[in-house]
Amino acid sequence: MSAVIESHGHDDHHHGPAKGLTRWLYTTNHKDIGSLYLWFSFAMFLIGGVMALVIRAELFQPGMQIVEPEFYNQMLTLHGLIMVFGAVMPAFVGLANWLIPMMVGAPDMALPRMNNLSFWILPFAFFILLSSLFMEGGAPNFGWTFYAPLSTTYAPPSVTFFIFSVHIMGASSIMGSINVIVTIMNMRAPGMTLMKMPLFVWSWLITAYLLIAVMPVLAGAVTMMLMDIHFGTSFFNAAGGGDPVLFQHIFWFFGHPEVYIMILPAFGIASHIIETFSRKQLFGYSSMVWAMASIAILSFVVWAHHMFTVGLPLAAELFFMWATMLIAVPTGVKVFNWVTTMFKGSITYETPMLFAIAFVVLFTIGGFSGLMLAITPADFQYHDTYFVVAHFHYVLVPGSVFSIMAAVYYWIPKWTGNMYDERLGKLHFWLSFTGVNITFFPQHFIGLAGMPRRYPDYALQFADWNAISSVGAFLFGASQILFLFIVLKTVMGGKKATPQVWEGSRGLEWTVDSPAPYHTFTTPPKVSL
Amino acid sequence: MNEGSKKTIKTLCFAVLGMFTFSFALVPLYDVFCEVTGLNGKIELKATNNTNIEIENGRDLSVQFVSHNNEQMPWAFKPSEDSIKIKTGKYHTTSFYVKNTTNKMMTAQAIPSVAPSNAAAHLKKLECFCFEQQELAPGEEALLPVRLIFDDALPKSINSVVLSYTIFDVTDYDKVQLSKDLQTNHGNDHKMEPSA
Ligand code: HEM
Ligand SMILES: [Cu+2]
Repeated sequence: MSAVIESHGHDDHHHGPAKGLTRWLYTTNHKDIGSLYLWFSFAMFLIGGVMALVIRAELFQPGMQIVEPEFYNQMLTLHGLIMVFGAVMPAFVGLANWLIPMMVGAPDMALPRMNNLSFWILPFAFFILLSSLFMEGGAPNFGWTFYAPLSTTYAPPSVTFFIFSVHIMGASSIMGSINVIVTIMNMRAPGMTLMKMPLFVWSWLITAYLLIAVMPVLAGAVTMMLMDIHFGTSFFNAAGGGDPVLFQHIFWFFGHPEVYIMILPAFGIASHIIETFSRKQLFGYSSMVWAMASIAILSFVVWAHHMFTVGLPLAAELFFMWATMLIAVPTGVKVFNWVTTMFKGSITYETPMLFAIAFVVLFTIGGFSGLMLAITPADFQYHDTYFVVAHFHYVLVPGSVFSIMAAVYYWIPKWTGNMYDERLGKLHFWLSFTGVNITFFPQHFIGLAGMPRRYPDYALQFADWNAISSVGAFLFGASQILFLFIVLKTVMGGKKATPQVWEGSRGLEWTVDSPAPYHTFTTPPKVSL
Repeated sequence: MNEGSKKTIKTLCFAVLGMFTFSFALVPLYDVFCEVTGLNGKIELKATNNTNIEIENGRDLSVQFVSHNNEQMPWAFKPSEDSIKIKTGKYHTTSFYVKNTTNKMMTAQAIPSVAPSNAAAHLKKLECFCFEQQELAPGEEALLPVRLIFDDALPKSINSVVLSYTIFDVTDYDKVQLSKDLQTNHGNDHKMEPSA
């Protein structure tokens, strides 16, 4: 991918942003909306993080010391929901808003007013979800996977508000993805063919299709729950002829593609950063595209690897085992390409690159534990233990979350016009890297030793690793305050950034000034190879 | 906005509606799939009318009975025999004991399940209390009969089968609604009338 830019449109009508608070309320500008999404996501990251620390504080020692078991369950559920739907997904949507129009040379997203709407309904969704903490019976307590009948027959009354908020989050994601797809399919600058698109754009195109395919299924699942709870149907109620296992099928038909929704944009980000700081062209561009596409397609036929122990017939156990393992092949292609890009590159280790390299290494560890879980007979032992917790935190925290942090460091000079403080950035990286590994690596051990997930208490033999894990969690949590400080400091000022920002950076977004003007590419740039 | 964008938006909106519909279509699809393949150990809730599956000299088979009470279902409910030794292709009759231990009128529905699940397709019943709802007065007890047969096509690898029943309190369920659900979900053409 080497796009040479022949001309680029600068801001030709010079109206900037409106003043005051209403700017943010009424804005249809993709950069404003991108910032809103990112700040919202960061707020959710902190709230979800505090909940995680409540959990880890309780688990610091065996026995019950800080919270009631009922409250523990609520923290666990809200932590999962907030991190998935409030932190990781909106952060990627924010990055998509900021970057996709600039990367494809479009003046804005295709549907700017819908863009405003899809952001502004999100705070309401999470306000509703969080307010359930103060309702009678407390917040949802059935885990982020909300299996029926825990979430129907045995749910607290606030489950209705939970369902409503999931509907809103789903609507927001669907509108966001429609916007992304229409922008990418119809608003690329002349000369930018599909196979010349930057990989972040590719990763989001595929992600958006996944979202369009599975968010309606999630909406269907919560709608069925609503009907079971309030309208006397029996979708998931065996007494009325329904089947609780059906819930798991529907949920994971959504749920597995959902985990790829949370990692594909990260793949795109890592590709850009590794390419830039290796000062080499990315190895295997087209295989990267094909790998992402095949991962996305395969993600629809592996859902039952979350259900190996529900009593599937042997043929299904085997099918889902092999299909799951098959996903490791395109994933392996991607890791190979990243490593090969770095091979013999003249690498420098600025903060974004540190996060990107950590992403590759630690995500791969998560991929390996995923492969172990994919082995059906082994999963009977691992299922619902801390080993699973370790697996998905490795792919999600040093995976998705590190990629988001890498993206922020990489593009923040473009957004603010200022360089971040490199010394503090590196400090943030090393604190996070240490914290994340101290937190989650021991969870592999206690999982293999048999500690079940989702309990507020545990047997004595798990005490040491749990204490270590809790220490790591507080280190990781505290280092995110430093991240907030670094970002604020960069927004306020700092060394001025050049348009290209990084020596090795390529792509349309680096051809406009830093900070990027309020309106970019009002006349499309010409792209040629 | 150009024509291309409008077309993309329209297609995507249809895709969203289509997938929402699909999520509901998964419900009948799941049941059809399970019924055709007998995968989840669900058994048809109706009497078989196939009489020519009886044979002499069938294989030995041990059948174990398990009973569960769903949620707060207070009734006493247990098999009269924990396990029986039978032969394939031959009818056997056994029974389950129930007692309404409360002091109010209650209605119950039992739902059967077979393990291993690939035995389900080979289990035929002439008579089963699970075909109907059971209504018992306070303190009333009953022996509920099951008359069953395993056809000889049962996979050779299976020589022991668990037949489990879960009993549900359906007193507060709308009967019409319930029987409709059961029919759509199990392809049941047997009318569910409350039994005395
Ligand atoms: C090589 C790739 C992967 C494989 C083979 C894999 C395999 C698995 C398997 C078999 C399970 C079920 C374990 C159990 O419950 O017993 C699982 C759980 C999970 N995986 Fe992965 N996985 C992979 C990548 C990912 C990625 C990229 C993500 C997200 C970014 C992810 C997120 C999750 C989550 C969230 C769960 C747990 C869900 C829950 O029960 O709460 N996985 N994975
Ligand atoms: Cu999965």
